[in-house]
Amino acid sequence: MSLYARLTGWIVLLFGLGYFFIPLLGLTEFSLKARRGVYSLDAYAKIIGDTEFQATFSYSVVMALVTIAFGILIVVPTAFWVRLKMPWARPYVEFLTLLPLVIPAIVIVFGYIRLYNTSSWLPLTGTVTGTNLLLAFGYTVLALPYMYRAVDTGLRTIDVATLTEAAQSLGAGWTTILTRVILPNVLPAVLSGAFLTFAIVIGEFTLAALLDRPAFGPYLQRIGANKPYEPFALSVIAFAITWACMGLIQLVTRFSKHMKAES
Amino acid sequence: MPYLEIARLEKSFGANRVVTDFNLGVEQGEFISLLGPSGCGKTTVLRMVAGFERPSSGAIRIGSEDVVGKRPNQRNIGMVFQAYALFPNLTVAENVGFGLKIKGARRDEITARVAEMLALIGLPDLGARYPFQLSGGQQQRVALARALAPKPRVLLLDEPLSALDAKVRVSLRNEIRAIQRDLGITTIFVTHDQEEALSISDRIVVMNAGIADQVGTPFEIYNRPTTRFVANFVGQLNLFKADGAGRIGGVAVGQGDFAARPEAVHLGREAESDIVLPATVEEVHFLGSVIRVTAAAAGARIALDTFNRPDMPPPAVGSAVELSLSSRDLIPLK
Amino acid sequence: MPAPSATPRRHLPLTWLGLMPFVIFVTLFLVLPTMHIVIGAFQDRTGAFTLQNLRDLNTGTIPSSYWISVKISVASAALGCLIGFGMAAAVVFGAVPRWVKSPLMTFSGVASNFAGVPLAFAFLATFGPVGLVTVFLRNNFGIVLSRDLGFNILSFWGLTVTYLFFQIPLMILIITPALEGLRREWREAAEVLGASTAQYWRMVALPILFPSLLGTFALLFANAFGAVATAIALTGSALNIVPIQLFAQIRGDVLGNPNLGYAMAFGMIVITAIANVLYIWLRIRAERWLK
Repeated sequence: MSLYARLTGWIVLLFGLGYFFIPLLGLTEFSLKARRGVYSLDAYAKIIGDTEFQATFSYSVVMALVTIAFGILIVVPTAFWVRLKMPWARPYVEFLTLLPLVIPAIVIVFGYIRLYNTSSWLPLTGTVTGTNLLLAFGYTVLALPYMYRAVDTGLRTIDVATLTEAAQSLGAGWTTILTRVILPNVLPAVLSGAFLTFAIVIGEFTLAALLDRPAFGPYLQRIGANKPYEPFALSVIAFAITWACMGLIQLVTRFSKHMKAES
Repeated sequence: MPYLEIARLEKSFGANRVVTDFNLGVEQGEFISLLGPSGCGKTTVLRMVAGFERPSSGAIRIGSEDVVGKRPNQRNIGMVFQAYALFPNLTVAENVGFGLKIKGARRDEITARVAEMLALIGLPDLGARYPFQLSGGQQQRVALARALAPKPRVLLLDEPLSALDAKVRVSLRNEIRAIQRDLGITTIFVTHDQEEALSISDRIVVMNAGIADQVGTPFEIYNRPTTRFVANFVGQLNLFKADGAGRIGGVAVGQGDFAARPEAVHLGREAESDIVLPATVEEVHFLGSVIRVTAAAAGARIALDTFNRPDMPPPAVGSAVELSLSSRDLIPLK
Repeated sequence: MPAPSATPRRHLPLTWLGLMPFVIFVTLFLVLPTMHIVIGAFQDRTGAFTLQNLRDLNTGTIPSSYWISVKISVASAALGCLIGFGMAAAVVFGAVPRWVKSPLMTFSGVASNFAGVPLAFAFLATFGPVGLVTVFLRNNFGIVLSRDLGFNILSFWGLTVTYLFFQIPLMILIITPALEGLRREWREAAEVLGASTAQYWRMVALPILFPSLLGTFALLFANAFGAVATAIALTGSALNIVPIQLFAQIRGDVLGNPNLGYAMAFGMIVITAIANVLYIWLRIRAERWLK
């Protein structure tokens, strides 16, 4: 490879990497500037102590867990069923799971507000619980493509039909099969989907803002409009969480490969 | 004066020596095969001739012109790859005409030449098809046409038949040889299949761990192998050890190990065969025109081929027979 | 799985039952809301069918907001494609050492998910009025970002540059497998036939990659077009892109005509749907060649 090509390659790569690291650097640097003249963790301290932060963050965490639960409940049985009994339906189901990538979140939530408002047949937005439920469902829809793809890939690597027959011959019912046989075997895939869902929900803004729920995303935006240094500290936290989720996904997939290799 | 000359060619990857002191002179229009197992360096030699690898030392001359310093696109060489390597975004006709287009030939010249090449490979109507619409054998023929269209000085083929079905392999190798003869183009053919090499080459270079063990005609390579490796690699071999006194079956042959081809061993006594060995039949395979018999004689397993004779049924497994061979047919192994 | 051919027909509805939860869920929370919007785009206040809403899309600030959205999406997609291609090529073709690839892909996976509000803050902290780079340039080189380089983070180009943060990694993730699919033999075959590097790229490699490139461009376009959180966080409502307009409309019916909001949303769906269909179609074509 010629020196010219090599040089160009390095320049492009370093430019790209710089492009990514400098904003992150700026973010971190800014977040440490709360105390005048010296770097400090004051902004972080202020946030952690802020009751609103605690409230919205825990709200979003709870929401994320609920969404993950919904996601698993809906996706795992469906993917399993399609693979086992209705393989011809797979393209259609896949298409449906890819729709959330095509239809912007803002359109979806617009539909929710119009369709499930207090004067409709399913007045979800009328109550706080109803709206929370709606938000959770909305998050599930947003995470659906990733969750489905992860679980489907995981199912592909195990022989669903044989495992089911074996379990049935031992007298297991469908619920047992799903919870005791299938789920443990696709756990790495499910966990990957779960971490991705977590990252999506924590940072999500549009749905929560328009449904007027006290989630982390809108809180972040509100803080940004009002406070000087806290938003940056918050963003560092958000980025760290995203990175942690991705890292956990990598860990889970690598660990599962070891398990597969040993068995 | 050989048309293609390779002199003292060496190649090392780091501390790994893959080609050692390779010398070869190829006459104009000759068909040479580089034969050997995987990792013997034959593909590396080919790629050095093509220009994809730089020799660590040595010279390569085509038509008395040193090409080592030249890039592959300046050597005027045609190459056919194991994986066909047809450009998937171009039609068959565009693939075949690619080299001419690069050279800047006129549109009508290209069209005429492409038609000529497609007729040569027997696929005159497939010009508008795309590679993914063709079978493996068809793709390889198109690859051949593509390599030959710009009238290269030398044709290089890197295991072109390895990816094909057995039947296609046999018919295509004969086709390649016929076209090569027609055009009289100097050719180097790399393969690990000794039957392929034996059937279509003018001469064969048997390579072993980066060294050319023997260069010769198929007849020479098969009947007079100069190293144990060549004897083992090409054709089937029966091993005989001379006893302490240098005798096999009572006949003085000298010390050491000897080999004999299956067709040299006969069932029963033959007039010309001076060595006679008692044996027990272990396996009999009736292959139609040929009967392959495996027998145990003096602790060794001997494989022999004998022609089918309607009046003589093959021996039964377990029966005692006599094997005979001529001491002149023994190949000494070093 | 042996088909239950001996099973009487009445079992067939039972298999469908297993799919019901999913179908109900998707219908209620994805399909119905979307259909409601789409149908609403074609209705007036009384519910009668009308095309007036679509015509009204051409009034006021709406056409300009679509236009700005399209421009930002095209700009960030094009630049994302270019830079992402360069980085992926540098790694795949060995201009940089092999070990760079795995960390790069991991980081791209993370960065492509880092959008929304935190991303806006990251760029504000770097290129904003008192951002890291802004201050650095001013103190060390005397360059004032907005005056001398004409760059303001709270503007069209500012948003584009911010979007690039997740567009480039997305490009890298998608194009790297395509680049690795370029077989070495194609390059060698072209070279032996006399082609230079430039000719190989022009006549073989780029045509082969073209469906992937165009398809990924479409995907990046759709990605940028639907993004709203980053824009709001960065520019407030200053930059009038469609999602922001829609956002305001949903919040408080600023257009005075709810059905017009439907039409705007419908317009968004149409655009992102076309882009995604294009992406899928081109992906299928590309895979057929790179078999």
